[in-house]
Amino acid sequence: MTLTVYRFCLVVFFLLPSGISGSEPDHETDPAKDSSLYQSPFFEDNERCFKCHGQNTYSYTNENLGREVKAIMFSERVIPRGKFYESNHKSFSCTDCHSSDYTKFPHPGELRMEQMYNCIDCHGNDEKFAKFHFEEIEKEYQESVHYQYEEVGFSCWKCHDPHTYKISIRNSSNLKETILYDNNICLNCHADYSHFQLLSDKKEINIVAKHDWLPNQESHFKSVRCIECHTKVNDSILVAHRVKPVEYAVKGCNECHSQNSLLMSSLYKFQSREQRADGFLNGVILNQSYVIGANRNEYLNLIGLLIFLAVAGVIVIHISFRIIKKRK
Amino acid sequence: MSYIYLYPKWIRLWHLLNGLLFIILIITGLSMQYTNKEDNIFLVGFARAVKWHNIAAILLTINYIVFVTGNVITKNFRFYKIERKNFLSDLISQFLYYSRGMFRGEKHPFPVTENRKFNPLQKFTYFMAMYVAMPLLIISGIGLMFPEITVNRFFDVSGLILTDLLHVIMGFLLSVFMLIHIYTCTLGSTPGSLFRSMLSGYHESDEH
Repeated sequence: MTLTVYRFCLVVFFLLPSGISGSEPDHETDPAKDSSLYQSPFFEDNERCFKCHGQNTYSYTNENLGREVKAIMFSERVIPRGKFYESNHKSFSCTDCHSSDYTKFPHPGELRMEQMYNCIDCHGNDEKFAKFHFEEIEKEYQESVHYQYEEVGFSCWKCHDPHTYKISIRNSSNLKETILYDNNICLNCHADYSHFQLLSDKKEINIVAKHDWLPNQESHFKSVRCIECHTKVNDSILVAHRVKPVEYAVKGCNECHSQNSLLMSSLYKFQSREQRADGFLNGVILNQSYVIGANRNEYLNLIGLLIFLAVAGVIVIHISFRIIKKRK
Repeated sequence: MSYIYLYPKWIRLWHLLNGLLFIILIITGLSMQYTNKEDNIFLVGFARAVKWHNIAAILLTINYIVFVTGNVITKNFRFYKIERKNFLSDLISQFLYYSRGMFRGEKHPFPVTENRKFNPLQKFTYFMAMYVAMPLLIISGIGLMFPEITVNRFFDVSGLILTDLLHVIMGFLLSVFMLIHIYTCTLGSTPGSLFRSMLSGYHESDEH
């Protein structure tokens, strides 16, 4: 009841005077309607923005026309509430990162030139975030192929949308979902030419055709992240950010399909710290998937070897007896 | 020395192809299972191993279908029929012949005739190999070749790893069978007689 009254006041005091109102928020992803979602201390403040930016359409009163106008929100400016309140930055107020002048409508034009923060601006050299090694990530990014496009607008946000990004590999209980989430980050540009064109003049890449050399392509795409092959592993950070030029991408099967599987230092790095010790080499991989050549059972290997040696021994003894008998 | 025509052309052809494909499958299978980043002269590279394992497996499956169909059409299956009567004692007496009797110059307890191609030990092992292990090997192999049709989780364990375990165990047992099979083929009237039989079709016997 209190919340309803508060929201009513919010609408009266903030939105009506400025003459703007958003379409009905999507109730399925409206944190106010879902107690399982994160309850932000800045929820009401953020609603000023989400009223318009939380969905595809918004409406405002055009004072010149003297009537309400409904308009489509530019897709790049739509921030789904549900995704924001599930993201890493869910506890933020919009104006923590954006100018408070954005609370005015129409937004002042000069705000378009607003300098955006990068990850390192907030997370760098901060003890609280030391375990994430943001400085090392920044260094890796500067050595990656993506860095050359920074001049034309590449930044951390191209992959990690600050409004919706969430850490997926840590504490992941479903690796398949994590892989899908992470791969979609790459595909957002590499499988969507309109995004790709923003940064590069290169021709459109057909991801499926480019990887037609890969056996069981669909299984690979579902079971490993793009970065497994396209980045250089760095042991000091959990997720490698040094994206290599395409000619240096991993193409050797046994980089992963082997006892010293590359995946143990990339995809399974986090889980491998608590490796299962049930006789399986690289047992942690078994928790989620199966990699030929990487999953080996030490006991089966030993039993197999013993059986083989026993059979070979019996054959040798049998041959010896036959030779002895023949000599007699 | 007497000669009995026991191995018709289709069986000889099937047998030869089966043996060759199995050797390819053993080498490529071991290569996939034990591949490492460092090159190993005993193993084939992973990509090549996968390719040839798949090709050989498809051919082996077709060959197996030919074998089963041929057995039904030509009544060759009768040679694999295991007699319930004296099953265990027959197995033991054949085993004792191989381990003791043949060194004492005893006569073969189950000599080869037109109606008895295999001794009880052969019947049992061949039946187990061709009608139990092979189908399991082929079915699990199909499951690995098309992982999308394999059960994802089985009692919280990856369905693929269980399928792989079954495939590897069956592959291993059949490899051991092959080793023993090749060795026991030297136990004919001369060490090379049974190999010659599988080329000519005629079984050489000095017991008639």
